Amino acid sequence: MTARTLFMQTRAEMIKFWRVPAFAFFSLGLPLIIFTFFGLRDATQTISRDSAITVGTYVMASMAAYTVGNVMVFSFGMALAIERGQKQDLLLRASPLPPVIYLLAKVINAILFALVALIVLFVFAHFAASVSLGPQTWVTLTARLLLGSIPFIGLGFGFGYLVSPNAAPAVINFVYLPVAFASGIFIPVNQLPDFIRSLAPYLPLNPFVQLGWNAIGVSTDRAVSTDVLYLLAYAVGFFALAVWAYRRDQSRKFS
Amino acid sequence: MTEPAVELISAVKNYGSVEALKGVSFAIERGSLVAMLGPNGAGKTTSINLMLGLRQPTSGKALIFSSDPRHTTTRQRFGAMLQESGAPELLTVRELVDLFRSYYPHPLDGEQAIKLAGLEEKRDSRNRDLSGGQRQRLYFALAICGDPEILFLDEPTVGMDVEGRRVFLDAIRGFAAAGKTVLLTTHYLDEADEVAQRIIVIDRGNVVADGTPQEIKSKVAGKKVTFTSASPVRESDFEGLPINSSTLSDHAVTLMTSRPEEVLRELFRRGVDVNNLEVRGADLEEAFLSLTAAGKQ
Repeated sequence: MTARTLFMQTRAEMIKFWRVPAFAFFSLGLPLIIFTFFGLRDATQTISRDSAITVGTYVMASMAAYTVGNVMVFSFGMALAIERGQKQDLLLRASPLPPVIYLLAKVINAILFALVALIVLFVFAHFAASVSLGPQTWVTLTARLLLGSIPFIGLGFGFGYLVSPNAAPAVINFVYLPVAFASGIFIPVNQLPDFIRSLAPYLPLNPFVQLGWNAIGVSTDRAVSTDVLYLLAYAVGFFALAVWAYRRDQSRKFS
Repeated sequence: MTEPAVELISAVKNYGSVEALKGVSFAIERGSLVAMLGPNGAGKTTSINLMLGLRQPTSGKALIFSSDPRHTTTRQRFGAMLQESGAPELLTVRELVDLFRSYYPHPLDGEQAIKLAGLEEKRDSRNRDLSGGQRQRLYFALAICGDPEILFLDEPTVGMDVEGRRVFLDAIRGFAAAGKTVLLTTHYLDEADEVAQRIIVIDRGNVVADGTPQEIKSKVAGKKVTFTSASPVRESDFEGLPINSSTLSDHAVTLMTSRPEEVLRELFRRGVDVNNLEVRGADLEEAFLSLTAAGKQ
């Protein structure tokens, strides 16, 4: 029963996602628009005199991190909050569907959706900004961002059970966007005000985007292993928050 | 005796300082069609939620086939239609039915479940685009599509028109005729009377009556008589009349009775001034108020 249930549940999640134009726009379209703003000017010039990386490639890697994080936090978290608001959790709780399958299907769907969003971005960057990478680099970039997004799955999960459905889009954007800016995703960290600059390395999106930059050959501030360690710590923290929020929600409704 | 399908054993449920259930016990035999009847806030939904494992009893037990309703394997033996719940709005009827079928080991055929719920014409409509009554029928389809042994229906006919309700009650009877156990809640006496073999009346967290529809109907005051009187009316004017309860305020009188003709005949004979007379069927809330008020006296 379980394999088929998981398959059907994941399929249902995908159908739901694709039928919400706002999700598709924010996940697939918005990164392209931002890429157009930051990545198309001087797209084929290198980011510095001693680097072979083009501006287009650099901005594409930044936007790739933004996109994956956004799918995990925004789409995943929002969907959970909305379904809670519509009391879908009540009907599921009365059904034989194990909660683990429900969440797992959402995670699988979010990862597949992020992968699609990445491919759309890559294709766009390739044709609009002449970004060209070796096959292995494309794969490394994609794999690192998908694996590195695990803490953001935890964060989305936490948001989904903490924030009311009406407040969810505002709250999630209010947290995610400033953190993305402060982490150097849109503007290089060295152009940010001093106090944010000193804070930046410790924000969750900074080690994440560094993984991406490093994958395309940019020499980053820290060793990759340090970035991974930061992300692991964030994963533990965010999942602890998520489990706490989930349990709180469940004990309110079902005890 | 065979193991009952559903059991509540001295079930108490408190929400903070509110006592929603004050020690309710009953067992439901396999293959029976039972209605839980009571006014709003009586404890019907709380009882159902305990049986479904959606809520945990403060003390006592809720069992389905003698096991914990929270276990997945137990859940696969029942289907439920809740009073307040949602299903994904963007999926179609057929997609939702197929999704819920995948939760059960031996589900019904999807088209059959849709047909039983009377939703053939809406099979490709999204949940969001259904009317209130159609959505109730969708929830019914989701409850039965796993071909469960027990069906829980919490206020299933709310939001349905007369025709929808008729089709729906037929579907419930059909389901029960196949040897399944059905437990539904309602606050309409006639609905309980129409479908159920047994009615459990619940009020203020207690079972106040449990029996066949005939037994229950005989206990409930069926009519509400109201009138105004130009001359003062006294309690003594109603002495010896078959009334369950009465309220007098200035010149307005309200009586609950199952024999209004007899009451009025006697009132006229006693020379009570009666104006603006109105006799109508008591809704259940009123009937129960009279039942429980009578019990207290």
